[in-house]
Amino acid sequence: MITSPVFTWAGNCFVNKPPNFVENKRLELSNGQLKWETMFKLLLKVMSVLLVLIIVGVLITLIIESWPSITSQGIKYIWGKVWDPVQNIYGAYPFLVGTLLTSFTALIISIPFSYAIAIYLGEYNPKGWLSDLLKNTIELIAAVPSIIYGFWGLFVLVPLVRTLEMKLDILPYGVGVFTASIVLAVMIIPYGASLGITLIRMVPSPLKEGAYALGATRWEVIRNVIMPYTRSGLFAGVLLSLGRALGETMAVTMLIGNTTAVADTFKNVFFGPGNTMASVIANEFAEADHTLYLSALIELGLVLFVVTVIINMIGKRIITRVTKS
Amino acid sequence: MENTIVRAENYNAYFGDNHVVKDVNISINKNEVIAVMGPSGCGKTTFLRGINRMHELIPNATAKGKILLEGENVYDMNAIYVRAKIGMVFQRPNPFPNLSIYDNVVAGYLLNGIKVSKADKDVIVERSLTSAALWKEVKDSLHKKGTFLSGGQQQRLCIARAIAMQPELILFDEPTSALDPISTSSVEALFHELKENYTLIIVTHNMQQAARVSDRTAFFYMGELVEFDDTKQMFTAPADQRTQNYITGRFS
Amino acid sequence: MEAKIGTRNIKSMIFKGIIVFFAFVITLPLIVVLLYIIKQGITQVNWTFLTHVPAPPGEKGGGIINALTGSFIMVLMASIVAVPVGILAGIYLSENPRTKLAYYSGLCVDILQGVPSIVVGIVVYFWVVKPIGGFSAIAGSIALAIMMLPIIIRSTEQTLKLLPDSLKEAALSLGIPYHRVILKVIIPCGFAGILSGITLSIARIIGETAPLLFTALGNNYFSLKITGQMESLPHVIFTYATSPYDDWHDLAWGASFILLLFVLTLNIVTKLLTRKWKIQL
Repeated sequence: MITSPVFTWAGNCFVNKPPNFVENKRLELSNGQLKWETMFKLLLKVMSVLLVLIIVGVLITLIIESWPSITSQGIKYIWGKVWDPVQNIYGAYPFLVGTLLTSFTALIISIPFSYAIAIYLGEYNPKGWLSDLLKNTIELIAAVPSIIYGFWGLFVLVPLVRTLEMKLDILPYGVGVFTASIVLAVMIIPYGASLGITLIRMVPSPLKEGAYALGATRWEVIRNVIMPYTRSGLFAGVLLSLGRALGETMAVTMLIGNTTAVADTFKNVFFGPGNTMASVIANEFAEADHTLYLSALIELGLVLFVVTVIINMIGKRIITRVTKS
Repeated sequence: MENTIVRAENYNAYFGDNHVVKDVNISINKNEVIAVMGPSGCGKTTFLRGINRMHELIPNATAKGKILLEGENVYDMNAIYVRAKIGMVFQRPNPFPNLSIYDNVVAGYLLNGIKVSKADKDVIVERSLTSAALWKEVKDSLHKKGTFLSGGQQQRLCIARAIAMQPELILFDEPTSALDPISTSSVEALFHELKENYTLIIVTHNMQQAARVSDRTAFFYMGELVEFDDTKQMFTAPADQRTQNYITGRFS
Repeated sequence: MEAKIGTRNIKSMIFKGIIVFFAFVITLPLIVVLLYIIKQGITQVNWTFLTHVPAPPGEKGGGIINALTGSFIMVLMASIVAVPVGILAGIYLSENPRTKLAYYSGLCVDILQGVPSIVVGIVVYFWVVKPIGGFSAIAGSIALAIMMLPIIIRSTEQTLKLLPDSLKEAALSLGIPYHRVILKVIIPCGFAGILSGITLSIARIIGETAPLLFTALGNNYFSLKITGQMESLPHVIFTYATSPYDDWHDLAWGASFILLLFVLTLNIVTKLLTRKWKIQL
């Protein structure tokens, strides 16, 4: 007799029910497990609260530990040009300038590259092996540890810059703001680029097709459709790269030359040795032998923290706004 | 009266301020197949999910009133226990992709950490799959992943998974809406089989399906239970004008 | 008119040329750095290098066993802390996206992602080093763990958000308690995605130097004591790269090569995992 599979079993599948464990165990289980369920939900919450506590803790710790410096140096801390631990005078001006100069130089160098990568991978060649290869390579740039860029820069780039400086008739330090900026630029390119790629790919194709249909060339579409459409998002990418650059420590510390003096001419400031907030902390933290000195260094950390948080928040805000609309 | 398995008493369900199920009173008997139909957004799925307290998993969702399962209000019971006692099959087949067919059937035990001997498990798997009319098709590939099966087979696997827990009641939320006609008819044929041992509540927006498989039909409209009657009676001589309109296709 | 279209097309071509040039020329520095490190480093790596502590200045030989074990121990301890915390917090964020707590802790993840690593070093110095009374591997691990958290949290959150809700419903409808649904269904299904977040976070922190400067510092000798100073690969590179001795520079090149090897391997593993994950979806 042939029966369809549906009707083979006579329906009453649990005629002689298997051992009656199901009923009993279900009950005891649900009572016992309920406790675990509540505990687990609590645990998830605790971990999220922990994150908030870490950030609040970082801020509070930085404020408390830099309080002696904040009270004794006051607002002069920002524009004071002298950093003298022996006299207990702390002016962070040279480091602020050094940080801003290296970061912005790096940013300016990096922008054409980030934009080019974003446009190439977002618009010209979004798929295929060449695109994948380039994308992975860019990601690798971000993966190489900062210390390795610093080490390489110290032994390869510094001699090169020294030769260049001799030709330009500048004091041939080799190390300095310029050298640090070059390496920094390479390091931050991936951050701006990867965001740019995503944003350019998000440009609705009807917009682009509309422009093409009107006879626009590729360049005109990029300039008149894609660029305006992604402008604020690309700006956010620049901000995020800037956030990276400001806090970058090791490579800069190894390449900037570490001097607390402020050079007289711009040429010397730019090509000569300098210092950034992060590099001063890295260099002097272990040597800080009295409270005020240590406190002044931590105030640098506090400034760095607050500035990067603000920059990152603005950047993220813009991104969420852009990607949601 | 003692034949009643589920009774809703003034049951209301909300999403935030949105009142989606309004004052439903219904009484369902053992070994009945109940079809719940109505236009989309009428609250039929929400009502179904209220029975085994799945409704409250959605953020902001609340419920008022009573659902009595064999005389006991499910809202006074542990939700986990309620859900273990009531089987549920969803719109889209959703076998666990990380488990084999075998493990999918006993998932209710396995994932709950209930210790069951291998011999008992074998019995449960074979019987559940047989009841779900899937045994013959998969008995040689029990240790393959459940996601390799076809859509209809996956849905029957999900039915087997529900049966394995030996529920009193099985809820179906538009169980064939994601299936092709052949798979649909195999699942529908199953309903007749399952009726012998279980009570089935089937939400469907397919009137023909409701007419084909159910003993009694409930018609929901705008969150209200408009009519609940014998399926034949309802499709031939509906008491309410709104039911009439729906059946004759004036709105869907 | 004809001529104008011609110039417009030429302009477009020139622009494309510039874009392609800038996009590809940036790979040069990376290739140069990688080749240089490999060239300088690979000759240093031998059995002695991997099994000995550094030799004093002026002496030939010596190795970086202390940095290798140190990095391994600290990354391991950091992972032991950061992986569960990160996964659980990530679960919370993906499961309760609309709560106030999720908003604030999500904000904190964003902040943490941007915090300069040197600041993490300072803070952990005051949280751990000062109370204990000395630099220690524990302090270093905590600093690294904090750096790992945002990456693990975000990848967990994003992976779990990709999983269909029906999976969770299936499990819950069987009467399985919430914690078992998460631990036995949701996490196994998103395992590759979560794992890729872990490998990526390890790849990021294994080369971190700044947070270790004020926490684990370094150690010229072989040490497994987690309450004492401990050497690490990035720190050994920093110390020896900035020293005036050629032998030590060689040691640093060797260490850089090893570090690069680890970082590249971890990145490739991450890539493979995410690729596999995407196919499964």
